[in-house]
Amino acid sequence: MPEGNGTDGSRTRDRDPGLQPERTRLAWRRTTLACAVAASLAGRQTLHSGIDPVSLVVLALVVLAWLAFLALAHLRIRAMHAPRPPALSPRAAAAVVACTVALAVLGAATLR
Amino acid sequence: MRLWFAPERLREEGSTPDYRFSLANERTFLAWLRTAMALVGGGFAVDQFLPETGRPLRLALALMLLAAGALCALRAISHWVRCERAMRRGEDLPTSRFPIVLGLAVGVVALLMVIVAAFGWGG
Repeated sequence: MPEGNGTDGSRTRDRDPGLQPERTRLAWRRTTLACAVAASLAGRQTLHSGIDPVSLVVLALVVLAWLAFLALAHLRIRAMHAPRPPALSPRAAAAVVACTVALAVLGAATLR
Repeated sequence: MRLWFAPERLREEGSTPDYRFSLANERTFLAWLRTAMALVGGGFAVDQFLPETGRPLRLALALMLLAAGALCALRAISHWVRCERAMRRGEDLPTSRFPIVLGLAVGVVALLMVIVAAFGWGG
């Protein structure tokens, strides 16, 4: 059997039986989905009072926050391919929180 | 709190815990972040989908939900850092009253909305 021979075999053998990396990857996917919903509502909010330069700038910032979240989640999901993924870096955690807070603040700024 | 400003210090403390515990902590962090996103989205939903509600009440509800969402996200990372540090030092995980407070706050907001819907406090 090829198991334990070569990189692919040892990867399967070392695989966590509790599938923690997979579960964490799915948790990131769910969170990305939640972020997409919150971002689209925030985007809708910015255009709620009509299209003017200010609302367009705020909309661009909302899209930027969403893209930043997607990029961070993508990097983390890729890290989950390792059999023993490294711990989340505090910087990445702070960045995803900043994206969430930015969505709340940007949307709140355009409440009427 | 100082860990927020020097996050790399976290790695210098204690010993690296089993990666599975770190991943479990990360999933808890993500679950709190989703809660925060849901509250933020709910804040916008109140403003956008309850147009017949009076403006002050609608704004107050939306701002309460948005503030709760932002607070929830900030608390998520502070709890994640504290758990990570406790695991590195081999201490007990930190306890928190935040879930109870958040539960009560969401309950109050929901009750307010039920009252608004039932009595039709329109604008």
